[in-house]
Amino acid sequence: MPGSQAGQSPFKESEHGVPVGLRLPGVSLSHDGRPLFTGLDVRIEAGVTTCILGASGVGKSSLLRILAGLIAADNGVEAVGDHGAPLTGQCAYMDQRDSLLPWLDVLANVSLGNRLRRRPLNQERARKLLAEVGLAGRERDLPQTLSGGMRQRTALARTLMEDKPIVLMDEPFASVDSITRHRLQALSARLLTGRTVVLVTHDPLEALRLGHRIHVMSGHPATLDTALSPPGLPPRDPTDDALRQSYGELLARLAQESTNGAGQ
Amino acid sequence: MKAALRWFISFAGLVAAWWLVVILTGVEPFILPSPLLVVLKLIERWDYIFENAITTTIEILLGLLLGTVIGCFSALMVGHFRPARRWLMPMLVVSQAFPVFALAPILVLWLGYDMASKVAMATLIIFFPVTASFLDGLRRTEPGWVDLAATMTAGQSHARLRILWYIRIPAALPALGSGLRIAAATAPIGAIVGEWVGGSGGLGFAMLHANARMQVDLMFAALFVLACITLALYFTVDALVRRALPWSPDSALSVE
Repeated sequence: MPGSQAGQSPFKESEHGVPVGLRLPGVSLSHDGRPLFTGLDVRIEAGVTTCILGASGVGKSSLLRILAGLIAADNGVEAVGDHGAPLTGQCAYMDQRDSLLPWLDVLANVSLGNRLRRRPLNQERARKLLAEVGLAGRERDLPQTLSGGMRQRTALARTLMEDKPIVLMDEPFASVDSITRHRLQALSARLLTGRTVVLVTHDPLEALRLGHRIHVMSGHPATLDTALSPPGLPPRDPTDDALRQSYGELLARLAQESTNGAGQ
Repeated sequence: MKAALRWFISFAGLVAAWWLVVILTGVEPFILPSPLLVVLKLIERWDYIFENAITTTIEILLGLLLGTVIGCFSALMVGHFRPARRWLMPMLVVSQAFPVFALAPILVLWLGYDMASKVAMATLIIFFPVTASFLDGLRRTEPGWVDLAATMTAGQSHARLRILWYIRIPAALPALGSGLRIAAATAPIGAIVGEWVGGSGGLGFAMLHANARMQVDLMFAALFVLACITLALYFTVDALVRRALPWSPDSALSVE
């Protein structure tokens, strides 16, 4: 189990090992009797960031929650790794709620996973990660004394502390202001390099900034289109010309999908 | 300091109103004694009142302790084990259908005239608010925290128990705190009712005794001491809860 031998080398950047891709073959889910997706095939490439872009209510969060094992698909399909092995315990999950526990200080929040698994807390690594996200010196503060951006950075440090090969993010920066979001995107792109990241978002710019691969999810029941791979490496500069071109293409795809959806 | 002043003014206002009523209506002292008479009686019979106050305080504290322990235990049972929820929950509700006052004579019959029956009364009266509020807290854990903990413990043994211990119980402590505040304020009722129905000591017994002999001033003196005990208990519990949970926004709410 990668990452579980905490304490053996606290200063190594990462212990997650070889990147793992994942598959979700033919997954079906309905909500209130309305199918969100039926027989949807999902393939996520190892070691890169895949963004799933879609309108609210299309089922992208539900898809991510199935990947995370938080909800079960109607047909019982579970996410498996490249080689067909189950992914249990290999995913870290982060969403727009920072979900910091108010009774634990920042440091204890970051090492929550080890606490829950009764592993050595490895606070050296937690401190190092907090320094990486710019929160050195705030280790002993309670979450309610932090700003929204700081809370989300703490959540990012906690996600990295998990040191899982797969990171699942559900609109992770949706609740912070745009400047903070811009900085957080750069920070997370840097810190998550080399991991398999699935990031769900409704913001085309965020997808373009962070995704190696971008899928548009749309329709009822929803489908995923073939991935768009914008040129350059994340985090991309939003003022870049190539990115603007991709933005146009992405908007065209989204618009096309929505007219298709309206026609049905 | 300001808060203390407010308390003092409220208290003085109440005493003044009481005195005014006594003077204006010319009511007989054995119906409503003046505050002065009550204070004089309190000083005169201090030994007697103090001795009974100790008895009542011990009953209240024991009841509070037992009720809290049993209440927390049953809330954890109902909150964590699904079968327990199905079987215990209806019983909890039904148990509240029996008024504690109606049970008092039976408890005295079973447990005797001394302290045990009063402690049982106090326990019974506070057990439900403690259970209900703690259970409420256990059920309302922030969904994001549970999701997070579930992904962190995926594939681990005893994951549910660990989430209970590290997430759901701490998250429920503010709710338990409000339950304990209610418990502190209502536990004296249980002890006093127990003493009324059958006892040989305690403030409830002293009041009943004084009432039968038309010593209304003594009754009021005992009542005053009882109120002081209840208030002291409430504020102690309140302070302890706030101190234990500095992170909880609830802590800012209660009486300052």
